[in-house]
Amino acid sequence: MSIKISETLTFECETGNYHTFCPISCVAWLYQKIEDSFFLVVGTKTCGYFLQNALGVMIFAEPRYAMAELEEGDISAQLNDYQELKRLCLQIKKDRNPSVIIWIGTCTTEIIKMDLEGMAPKLENEIEIPIVVARANGLDYAFTQGEDTVLAAMAHRCPERSFLNNKKQEIKDNRIKDLFSFRFNEIEEKNTKSQNNLIDKTPLVLFGSLPSTVASQLSLELKRQSINISGWLPAQRYTDLPVLGNGIYVCGVNPFLSRTATTLMRRRKCKLIGAPFPIGPDGTRSWIEEICSVFGVKTQGLEEREKQVWDNLTDYINLVRGKSVFFMGDNLLEISLARFLIRCGMIVYEIGIPYMDKRYQAGELRFLQTTCKKMLIPMPRIVEKPDNYNQIQRMRELQPDLAITGMAHANPLEARGINTKWSVEFTFAQIHGFTNAKDILELVTRPLRRNNNLENLAWTNLVK
Amino acid sequence: MKLAYWMYAGPAHIGTLRVASSFKNVHAIMHAPLGDDYFNVMRSMLERERDFTPVTASIVDRHVLARGSQEKVVDNISRKDKQERPNLIVLTPTCTSSILQEDLQNFVERASAISDSDIILADVNHYRVNELQAADRTLEQVVRYYLDKARRQGNFNVSLTEKPSANIIGIFTLGFHNQHDCRELKRLLKDLGIEINQVIPEGGFVENLHMLPKAWFNLVPYRETGLMTAKYLEKEFGMSYISTTPMGIVDIANCIRQIQERVNIQYPILLKKKINYETYIDEQTKFISQAAWFSRSIDCQNLTGKKAVVFGDATHAASITKILACEMGIRVSCAGTYCKHDQEWFKEQVQNFCDEIIITDDHTKVGDMIARVEPSAIFGTQMERHIGKRLDIPCGVISSPVHIQNFTLGYRPFLGYEGTNQVADLVYNSFTLGMEDHLLEIFGGHDTKEVITKSLSTDTDLTWNSESLLELNKIPGFVRGKIKRNTEKFARQNGITQITAETMYAAKEALNA
Repeated sequence: MSIKISETLTFECETGNYHTFCPISCVAWLYQKIEDSFFLVVGTKTCGYFLQNALGVMIFAEPRYAMAELEEGDISAQLNDYQELKRLCLQIKKDRNPSVIIWIGTCTTEIIKMDLEGMAPKLENEIEIPIVVARANGLDYAFTQGEDTVLAAMAHRCPERSFLNNKKQEIKDNRIKDLFSFRFNEIEEKNTKSQNNLIDKTPLVLFGSLPSTVASQLSLELKRQSINISGWLPAQRYTDLPVLGNGIYVCGVNPFLSRTATTLMRRRKCKLIGAPFPIGPDGTRSWIEEICSVFGVKTQGLEEREKQVWDNLTDYINLVRGKSVFFMGDNLLEISLARFLIRCGMIVYEIGIPYMDKRYQAGELRFLQTTCKKMLIPMPRIVEKPDNYNQIQRMRELQPDLAITGMAHANPLEARGINTKWSVEFTFAQIHGFTNAKDILELVTRPLRRNNNLENLAWTNLVK
Repeated sequence: MKLAYWMYAGPAHIGTLRVASSFKNVHAIMHAPLGDDYFNVMRSMLERERDFTPVTASIVDRHVLARGSQEKVVDNISRKDKQERPNLIVLTPTCTSSILQEDLQNFVERASAISDSDIILADVNHYRVNELQAADRTLEQVVRYYLDKARRQGNFNVSLTEKPSANIIGIFTLGFHNQHDCRELKRLLKDLGIEINQVIPEGGFVENLHMLPKAWFNLVPYRETGLMTAKYLEKEFGMSYISTTPMGIVDIANCIRQIQERVNIQYPILLKKKINYETYIDEQTKFISQAAWFSRSIDCQNLTGKKAVVFGDATHAASITKILACEMGIRVSCAGTYCKHDQEWFKEQVQNFCDEIIITDDHTKVGDMIARVEPSAIFGTQMERHIGKRLDIPCGVISSPVHIQNFTLGYRPFLGYEGTNQVADLVYNSFTLGMEDHLLEIFGGHDTKEVITKSLSTDTDLTWNSESLLELNKIPGFVRGKIKRNTEKFARQNGITQITAETMYAAKEALNA
């Protein structure tokens, strides 16, 4: 192998010519997660066509998202942005009556400098629905980072913890209408209640959008360690956003949420628990341990729990052990997945990743290092902003047993005899916690199991 | 601004990329932000392409926004030139890049100076044309470029081929059943003794484009893409073209007769004889294609007068409307297209074959129309299939936009004589089988489904007495909802609040009258 593999973590940066989804795709899972929301993507036909094609059948299910499609008059400022958005938002209010409208800014709104942040508060007052603005555009972000921009914007809308001591503030805030202040009273009630038995309510808020079953699985794991979390960002409903503020601890469940983490720390004065992410049984255990150590809780039965999960995975691990894997990189889950797969006995040649926040992912990077040492395998190279063309050349040389890649490259690589797994599936599958470790391996081993079935057919290379 | 959930035709650059990537050894470079290269996903997934899609992006990011692309685009072009050695590189602007107003033509000129490939800038306005129009323009642009180049180099051959020959223009990637149609057209032309000069853009080489004028005539099977090129070739080289889509028995015959006419203009000069395809048409129509026979068979008789709705691109919607109305005796209640730019042609084509014409690219309008008409079957795009599912009306897919299911592995042309068989199957299978229908009516239906309570009628002040409910339950399930609605409508019109069996019969009579 001509490619040097070093002992310490090495970071490289290539040209950034890689394939990934546009960050506006986050509406696909966020609109399902936040049940009373409506996502309005302010962009062009290009954005709309992407959503329509990327989200396939979902589009037919009367989704709670739509395009505000910009026309020539909008671009050349012949039409008044504010009036246009007001017209559309009133229609949305009439048709769907959501609790929040989330405007997704796109490349076009950036370039024509449409002042979404400026217009939102004004319009919010006028139509009496909260409007959250997230700039999830392809100029700045990749794929899952879209969720990061939405959650960071939403973090500003979470009720402030200190308002309990200062009720007048709530009345002063003229943005909060009847319905809303009613909600606040409710929260207040809940909070006074919880203050009575503060012992079993830890000031811990988890951030990251997960399917509700996965969210409750993780909450349950923490509950076993007698940690009762006080809320999730995002919650199932916009009206249930968690209380934030000084003294609240926050912890991320996904590796792509660095902006949200920064916002929570700097703007909401929360304390961030830096931990590896709860992906794979190793990650989950380490995540729980970090949280417990912050609250001075001694963990119970975690080691056995992890071992039991590993034992259940034996069949899968026998399939993947010693096999090599190449991450082309497009969704920022790569470091955590690589760390888990190395622990499963795989060899990782390269971890491509769109963007690497070394501070936010510090816990995960350390864990990757210790895992490599433990498994006695060389450290993989981490390639930020990869160049797909170069990666394909490297892959030709390395001939990995598995390439984790976007859909644009999957079929061509398969035709050249390289097994692939679509990386987007990891974004949509349930991969967090002890319970779902099997699902990750189910995905990873699918091409390998397919090979076992088609082994003797000599049909691997299908290009002329 | 427009509130939009779904669109029938994609943005302009998709059309350009479809044409560029259909040619062999042509590479497209998009001037686009990260994530706009989902065209590669569509091609790789829908067409199940084995090769890497020859499209890359020169990424527009925050730096480009601040400082301009500077060397980036030129570097990306020359890099691709060295890596892949393509014949042609098409620089493709996107909606984002076109509002940046960078001088892309200047990049093209600078890159041309240092590259071996030819380089052109796709000339498409993102806010005025859609995918199909852009594809049409790009194809014409590429053809024009290479014919101009050949003219400059004096490397031109306009002498006709010895035997009659044709160019097929407009077969391309991600087109609805294009690959199968192309095979069928080649077979048809071969049967007629006509050689294929070139098929463009699919599988064509740009360096061969200068030989396009050698063909005796051009065949443009789809209106959406290829007409501009055909018109250009007619103007520049006096090449005549045929734009009658050979879909359905009548139009295939029309198309063949036009071919005969074109060939006979040249034939006496070159081959000293006239040709006549009439016996071929007759033989194919009556005995090779099964569609003519099918329309006489008693199966098809049961379809007589059934209501259908047709919606799709101009080519397919018009052809299918004519097939349903003239060749199968089905009543087309409404025919429509989303190709607004070609509406004059469409209206003229279907005018006498349907009750009503709808021209829109708003799928909710199409949905409302279908709900109002309540046809027995829909022939439309993937969107109409979903509308049909919601309304419990069967749908045959006849036009893009489509899903992966419509990129079939098996041979499914829509054009030519084999195409007529495929269309007949599709139409017949979409309607409830005639005999089944008949038996259900006699025996009052075999399903025990409750009366559909979630109907379009909102009034709840109407009550059905037990007798009328019993009567309603005798009606076959698939028309029960419709009868219920009609009866309620009748009752409301006549101020009846208690619906009896008599009301039902009265409603039926009123409707028939």
